[in-house]
Amino acid sequence: MGGGLVLSRVADKIFWMSRQMERAENMARILGVTSNLVLFGADAADQNLRAPLSITETEEAYSERHDKLTLPGLIEFMALDEKNPSSIYSCLKWARENAHAVRWQITSEMWETLNATWLEMRAIPRSRVTGSGATQFFDWVKDRSHLFRGVTYGTIVRGEAFNFSRLGTFLERADNTARILDVKYHILLPSVADVGGALDYYQWAALLRSVSSFETYRQLYRDQIFPIKVAQLLILERRMPRSLAACFDQVKDALDRTKGEHDAPAKRLGYELHARLTHADIEEIFNGGLHEYLSECLEDIGELGNRIQRAYLGMV
Amino acid sequence: MERRHYDEMRAADGEVRSHFRALADWLAETPAERVAEKRREADLLFHRVGITFAVYGDEAGAERLIPFDTIPRVIPKAEWDALAKGLRQRVNALNRFLDDVYHGQEILKAGVIPAEQVLTNEAYQVAMLGLDLPNKVYSHVAGIDLIRNDDGKYYVLEDNLRTPSGVSYMLENRKMMMRLFPELFARQRVHPVEHYPGLLLATLNAAAPERVRDPTVVVLTPGQSNSAYFEHAFLAQQMGVELVEGGDLLVNDGHVYMRTTAGRQRVDVIYRRVDDAFLDPLAFRQDSLLGVPGLLSVYRAGHVALANAIGTGVADDKSTYPYVPEMIRFYLGEEPLLSNVPTWQCKKPEDLELVLDKLNELVIKEVQGSGGYGMLIGPTAKKAEIEAFRARIKANPANYIAQPTLSLSTCPTFVEQGVAPRHVDLRPYVLSGKEVKLVPGGLTRVALKEGSLVVNSSQGGGTKDTWVVD
Repeated sequence: MGGGLVLSRVADKIFWMSRQMERAENMARILGVTSNLVLFGADAADQNLRAPLSITETEEAYSERHDKLTLPGLIEFMALDEKNPSSIYSCLKWARENAHAVRWQITSEMWETLNATWLEMRAIPRSRVTGSGATQFFDWVKDRSHLFRGVTYGTIVRGEAFNFSRLGTFLERADNTARILDVKYHILLPSVADVGGALDYYQWAALLRSVSSFETYRQLYRDQIFPIKVAQLLILERRMPRSLAACFDQVKDALDRTKGEHDAPAKRLGYELHARLTHADIEEIFNGGLHEYLSECLEDIGELGNRIQRAYLGMV
Repeated sequence: MERRHYDEMRAADGEVRSHFRALADWLAETPAERVAEKRREADLLFHRVGITFAVYGDEAGAERLIPFDTIPRVIPKAEWDALAKGLRQRVNALNRFLDDVYHGQEILKAGVIPAEQVLTNEAYQVAMLGLDLPNKVYSHVAGIDLIRNDDGKYYVLEDNLRTPSGVSYMLENRKMMMRLFPELFARQRVHPVEHYPGLLLATLNAAAPERVRDPTVVVLTPGQSNSAYFEHAFLAQQMGVELVEGGDLLVNDGHVYMRTTAGRQRVDVIYRRVDDAFLDPLAFRQDSLLGVPGLLSVYRAGHVALANAIGTGVADDKSTYPYVPEMIRFYLGEEPLLSNVPTWQCKKPEDLELVLDKLNELVIKEVQGSGGYGMLIGPTAKKAEIEAFRARIKANPANYIAQPTLSLSTCPTFVEQGVAPRHVDLRPYVLSGKEVKLVPGGLTRVALKEGSLVVNSSQGGGTKDTWVVD
């Protein structure tokens, strides 16, 4: 469209397709780490199995469909269940549906990536995903998400469609990183008094790996794994592309470029979150309580999503 | 009952026609395995790109591929030029007719066409009376269906002046052929069709309200569940304009706007692929969710253009069809260059009697039908079907016309047993803006079932690339 404008309905689909692909990737990350921990017999197997459900707030939905909490049951529910709106299956399906609705506004490469992903997803035998092929499947999902993001970045016109794709991707990623940290931290370190105490190295390494940050941690801090530094890395370290600060650098950039008639409430909150993450201090965060801090972040991220919806994407 | 057909590739003596020779040589020297492999590749590509169409009455959201045949249909340039001239003439006359029936109605006054034929027609829109359109064009995009009879002559089977579809397949088929068989295009010059979207955009720009300098054009689609959705999306993308649904548009202060993330944006030209009845719930069907409330009032005020215009159906109705040659003589003072198929109108008592007498030899069509539905093909129909149709015709004769069963020409086609002749038709697309333009070619539809004359994609038809060659 002339002037880089985009229909509200179209922006909405692009925003959500980007969120859904990012969510599928995050589900795959969480499940990948969980199956590793469970299969290698780490402590607190039950807590580890429960974590993905608490992260996605789906404990109830799970227990409605499964009697027992098992790894195959968890994978079935979170990777393949059509009725679970956060399952990888549902995310890939809806990402493709949304792309189908706007395939003329996105590039043909973007559409073809999502369409091919969905066609492949449907052809994958379920028993392989819940069995020996689980890791391979999670890697495939991550690959498809990387591919989609790369294809998007490399082909789409820099205009409003691009901005809403970025907003969707990084709001979703920020939301997921905050949730993973919140839940895992709670399992690994039930009491703040334990900060600096003996650590289950494998559990912490797994947490870092779930956000592709194990090597990053080593590289940036050249140190043993300390809980407070893990929090620093995942919340405030803007060199780490899955941290909240890095996500909000991208959100701020996208908001800067986006023009709307009544978008002050959305921009105000987006910029405020960005400023908070830029100037925060990890010690202060811990003093006030990490869980409380992350809960507030999650609430604000949710509210920002709503305000973006109202300002640009139209009410449904 | 086997009849002789015009074979597009071979003359009666079995000799390959000269314009088909390059292709025939290539077919003969290319191993069948390579061609089969390419066909599988084509299927895969079409699936991957998602070139599918929804089928009415099929399970919700079902998407199918329209079978694509890899053997092109070839037309020599001189033959095409003659066809194109006839098509321009015909579409000019049809647009003149539409302007006339919504203004002075000279053709009715002259008694060339019975007034009730036009004025009581379901597709006649009183809302269009007295409305002046830019360039006096009503059908900006027309699809004219042609067949070639066993006498080797082209006949117009029907005019599609409302929202003709299929042009995306013309474009995609060419792209696919060039991708699969580049060596074929090196052997002879095939006239390009790729500039169609550019011509279409120019045509739509020319339809804009007069005062508008740099018009904003949109494509209006009924939405994803429409059988031609792929095409709507494809054309919008190729022209670089927005694809909108009814809900994206609103009427305010006498203008049409679309809802964007940055607020409202004026719309000047709507290439609409939504039927008349669904365009504006305030003016037409109240239950329509596909349209834009108030659109007609803006249209009548001349603040937005619709392509095609409202009410073009009165000219492409099968009961109007028999009068097209007379229109050409009346408006242009010329003899028609393209022939009509002889047609009996069941509303005329003498025609009705003749038709009922020869039901087993004729093709019977509903005057408003399309897509190959509501049709009886006498020679291949079962007795019971014929009798059922007889009762329907008698109950409402004005709803039917009859034509002789023409023998559609055949073109070599890949079928399971190998290469075999199958019946084809041809739909070129005629664009009317400041002048009438068309790209050399069109959509060739092929009936894949042996002996079948029904080429519609909804009933097992496929498509071919259409080559106009020097």
